[in-house]
Amino acid sequence: MTTSLARRIIPCLDVRNGQVVKGVRFRDHRVMGDILELATRYSAESADELVFYDITASPEGRSVDCEWVARVAEVIDIPFCVAGGIRSVEDAREVLQQGADKISINTPAVRRPELVNELVAAFGSQCVVVGIDSELHQGEWVTRQMTGIPQQMQHTGHATLGWIEEVTHRGAGEIVLNCMASDGTRQGFDTEQLKAARELTSVPLIASGGAGKASHFVDVFNQADVDGALAATIFHNQTVPIPELKSLLTEAGIGVRPC
Amino acid sequence: MTLAIIDSGGANISSVVHAFRRLKTDAVFTADAEVIRTADRVVLPGVGAAGAAMSRLRELGLHQCIRDLRQPVLGICLGMQLLFEHSTEGEVECLGIIPGTLKKLQSGPGLRVPHMGWNTSQSTKLMADDSLLSGLPQDPWFYFVHSYYAPTGDATVATCTHGETFSAIVRKDNFCGVQFHPERSAKSGVKLLENFLTCS
Repeated sequence: MTTSLARRIIPCLDVRNGQVVKGVRFRDHRVMGDILELATRYSAESADELVFYDITASPEGRSVDCEWVARVAEVIDIPFCVAGGIRSVEDAREVLQQGADKISINTPAVRRPELVNELVAAFGSQCVVVGIDSELHQGEWVTRQMTGIPQQMQHTGHATLGWIEEVTHRGAGEIVLNCMASDGTRQGFDTEQLKAARELTSVPLIASGGAGKASHFVDVFNQADVDGALAATIFHNQTVPIPELKSLLTEAGIGVRPC
Repeated sequence: MTLAIIDSGGANISSVVHAFRRLKTDAVFTADAEVIRTADRVVLPGVGAAGAAMSRLRELGLHQCIRDLRQPVLGICLGMQLLFEHSTEGEVECLGIIPGTLKKLQSGPGLRVPHMGWNTSQSTKLMADDSLLSGLPQDPWFYFVHSYYAPTGDATVATCTHGETFSAIVRKDNFCGVQFHPERSAKSGVKLLENFLTCS
């Protein structure tokens, strides 16, 4: 492998009403802190990028509230991605114009897969991330949508692995695979599912859901060959400080950007 | 110090404006040839496809204006690629300031395309004292996001490797360019932008 491209450590900030919240298995959200405070702290702690999910935008039928996007762009000097309720090229343009580096789409892509192609044509693959919420259902990994509000959560009817192949083919520049059974449980990433996904796509793949301790990151990079790993709670409450996590990964022979 | 950022049509330009503002430099975001010609520093940003960006520069009549600039010019990401002669991304003629053709990165085992994330950059022996590198650590880390790459050549100040070894930083006379996003490259990026503002 002739690249020294670092594996990425990505704190994920679920945003509701302008504050960072976190639930367990997508339910019972608790306030974790102020957006700018956390974004600034992660930037200083050498997080490699940030993802902001406006978790109620899609279920509430609105697009991202751009006011906080602009404020984040003003203060941090690492890349960030914004997700939640982006349904059109125009929605995406507004978020990018406020200073986001990438946009991530989930439910709207499932409803209208051509949206992936449209965004790629307008902004290039590198701006377009597809988020996938996936869980095991009758022996098969399937995708879910509207995961921001439990009462509205729905099966989308896609087999996860087929959907990964489809969005790769449509030009997605990155895939975030959120394994829902692991989300918020802190029992480790779903390496089995991520490994299966890895074999199907050559675009960057980001693991999401289940991180509970530093060794889980070593496992997911070694076993599933993902390009980045995303977590929320353990970074928000400083169970796993990012500088320590990066030291451990370096000791384990996994290439990361040092602090 | 006046700084003009050329409106090359990309959507996410404000991060460049913010980065300079954090360095206490207010930029003018413009497609006006006269404003660009008279600025002390010019930045050519760009995200998206080479063809769309070149069509826009031609429509605005900025193609020749940029080529004729004599003050320090910094191309960022696609803006750096446009300094070259030709892109195989849609077979597009670019600005032709630096010799070479842009080609697509190939994916392979352990090599994902787009090349997205943090990678190190190695300065070339001949260009190691370039003012853009002043005060930067050995092999600094920068944030890259691209699928096409610029070849190495006489203008290469620093390289990066992702399968191919390509130009990460280039310079020809007053024109310089960076393949990565200095505005999103934490401390190393801040230092590089500061060097661009203070270079003579």
